[in-house]
Amino acid sequence: MSEQIKVAYWPGCVSRGFTTELHGSMAIAAQKLDIELVELDRANCCGAGVIAEHNQELADTLNARTFALAQQTGLSMMNICSTCQGAQSECQQRLDADSSYRAHINEVLSGQGLAYEKGKDGFTNKNFLWLLVEDYGLDRLAEKVTRPLSGLRVGPFYGCYVVRPKERLGYDEFPERDLYLEKVIETLGGEVVEYDGARKCCGFPVITMNRDTSLRQAGTHVGDALDAGADCLVTPCPLCHLNLDMQQPEAAKVVNRDLGLAVLHLPQLVSLALGASPKELGMSKHIASTKWVEERLAAVPA
Amino acid sequence: MAEYTLKVRRYQPESGEGAYWEEFKVELDPSLSVLDGLLQAKDRDDGSLSVRCSCRAAICGSCGMKINGQSGLGCKTQVGEALEMAERKASVSPSADGGTPPIVIEPMGNMPVIKDLITDMESTHWTKIRRVTPWLLPHGEAPEREYVVEPESMIDITQSMACIQCGACVSSCLSMEADPEFIGPAALAKAYRFVGDPRDAETKERLHDLAHDPHGIYDCTHCFSCIDACPKGVAPMDQIMRLRRKAGEEGIDDDPNNGHSHEEAFVKIIEKKGTLDEALLVQESYAPGVKGKLKPSMGAIKGLIESLPTVLRAIKTGKARSAHKVIPGLHPKLPGGAQDEVKAIYKHAEEHREEFNIYIAGEDEDFVEPEPDEPTDETLAAEAAAAAESEAS
Repeated sequence: MSEQIKVAYWPGCVSRGFTTELHGSMAIAAQKLDIELVELDRANCCGAGVIAEHNQELADTLNARTFALAQQTGLSMMNICSTCQGAQSECQQRLDADSSYRAHINEVLSGQGLAYEKGKDGFTNKNFLWLLVEDYGLDRLAEKVTRPLSGLRVGPFYGCYVVRPKERLGYDEFPERDLYLEKVIETLGGEVVEYDGARKCCGFPVITMNRDTSLRQAGTHVGDALDAGADCLVTPCPLCHLNLDMQQPEAAKVVNRDLGLAVLHLPQLVSLALGASPKELGMSKHIASTKWVEERLAAVPA
Repeated sequence: MAEYTLKVRRYQPESGEGAYWEEFKVELDPSLSVLDGLLQAKDRDDGSLSVRCSCRAAICGSCGMKINGQSGLGCKTQVGEALEMAERKASVSPSADGGTPPIVIEPMGNMPVIKDLITDMESTHWTKIRRVTPWLLPHGEAPEREYVVEPESMIDITQSMACIQCGACVSSCLSMEADPEFIGPAALAKAYRFVGDPRDAETKERLHDLAHDPHGIYDCTHCFSCIDACPKGVAPMDQIMRLRRKAGEEGIDDDPNNGHSHEEAFVKIIEKKGTLDEALLVQESYAPGVKGKLKPSMGAIKGLIESLPTVLRAIKTGKARSAHKVIPGLHPKLPGGAQDEVKAIYKHAEEHREEFNIYIAGEDEDFVEPEPDEPTDETLAAEAAAAAESEAS
């Protein structure tokens, strides 16, 4: 009997905003995997790098507050957003580097009965993808699969914030973190599609600042994945999902070609293989139709 | 000694043929560099194999290249390490044949190739470096001897001064891949080197220039590629973010990319709501505040109109059907007094605005990896001894 996993769960803003299907499908995935989620509903936005760009101390304190709230539960933290992972890891790296800086940040938190303590109870903050591979384990995941994604050709799309910078994101200890999506796709019975954009930028951070640069990136990666024969993409980042899925018709105009490629959130892909229906996973809410994925799965006997 | 296969992207302009792949077998110690491997292949197999190099010690910045897709210096990447990377990638690759994979070596990206691994750095690197006025612009009469500055006031720019102009960051830049006109990571890091210099008198003019260029500081997509590519720890993206911060502090708020208004809108929304009100962010990025709405710029109108089809599609599929997702400002704030905690953090942090740079400050020396949970034989023995002692007393 493996140990049950219980985490302080930070869903992020976008999973409760424009990608509610992600929040819902994470709840389904957790239930099927028997992972207990203690949701941090008082926690705040990670700042997505934008608050750090404005005032680094502000971003560091806001995220220290989230870590402190998680530490109050005595649990390690899990997120479902590459961007939260990157922005929070950046602040955590600074907080962990220097005890006097940490004390300065904790000054304001102490007034709220909170404190971020480095390494308390082995505290970590992991994206669902990392947790799935490192703590849950691929063998255990394989045992849970009831509907292998046989024949489904899936292109991984990581999101910059879980692949770079390597030194900050724990690659010394876990050098294969930028290969986990491939491993998960295989474990779920799907086929990995190799294409150029898997670890590139979706372009989302500059969508309001340089629309053409932004959509050119999204459109190019979706196009490359289609050319490589993908049935869908999978991403652990809802912000990538916004540019790859929600903006896909606009990206198609910029790269001047037909697109039309389903983009799944990681918990959706996992839950499909664990027997959940596309409907309960909110796949009808996507902009790029997921019908083809559903047909491919229906064509393969469970 | 071990044998390695180097799979090199080659191009010989004089042949009239396109670029092609060629494999070379080399034999060297795993601790030697990829550049050493290339030079061995050049020496033993094909003297025409072309690569720029000089110091072989990560000082001159000549041998920028892509190794297994990662931009960096050939002389700073060990062959053993490069093979491990290739093996990791092959372990999940459906196209791998199961044998020892080759180390894949390509010329730098985002630059025209002159021959084999030699790129033309003039068009996308040096031109852009010159674009940012990479020299000091002091005002007033020059001092009789050198400028005297407090050492502390120069520490801030030592990170950007560490640049060796190798171009690895330019090679890796994902914004430049989509927008070749982007000023880019190397030139913008260089720009910060002068913006942060206490002797320079045109800080505001420099920032205004870089913010008002549509391919300037607000064209960086924040992908961290340049940070991983840089062999000297310059972290060009961090320097770009500091340029944005300084531009904001200088009150430069009317850039054509709406970069500053996006930042302002984001920061204010979190102060008020704690989590992101996406509808309000879109509105305020394009048309900030009362002024932005009464007198919207042409760019703002264009931006808002362009985002309409996306919003309508989201309403149609049910992605954004509830009122608080489409009507700016209806997004709820954090529950149970949590919003006041966030506001208190804002008050504290906006007063201090402390910037902690690990590159300069380093990490605490007392850092020790947390002990594993499993008790070791030694701790068990110590506990047993302590227990025996307490029993005896």
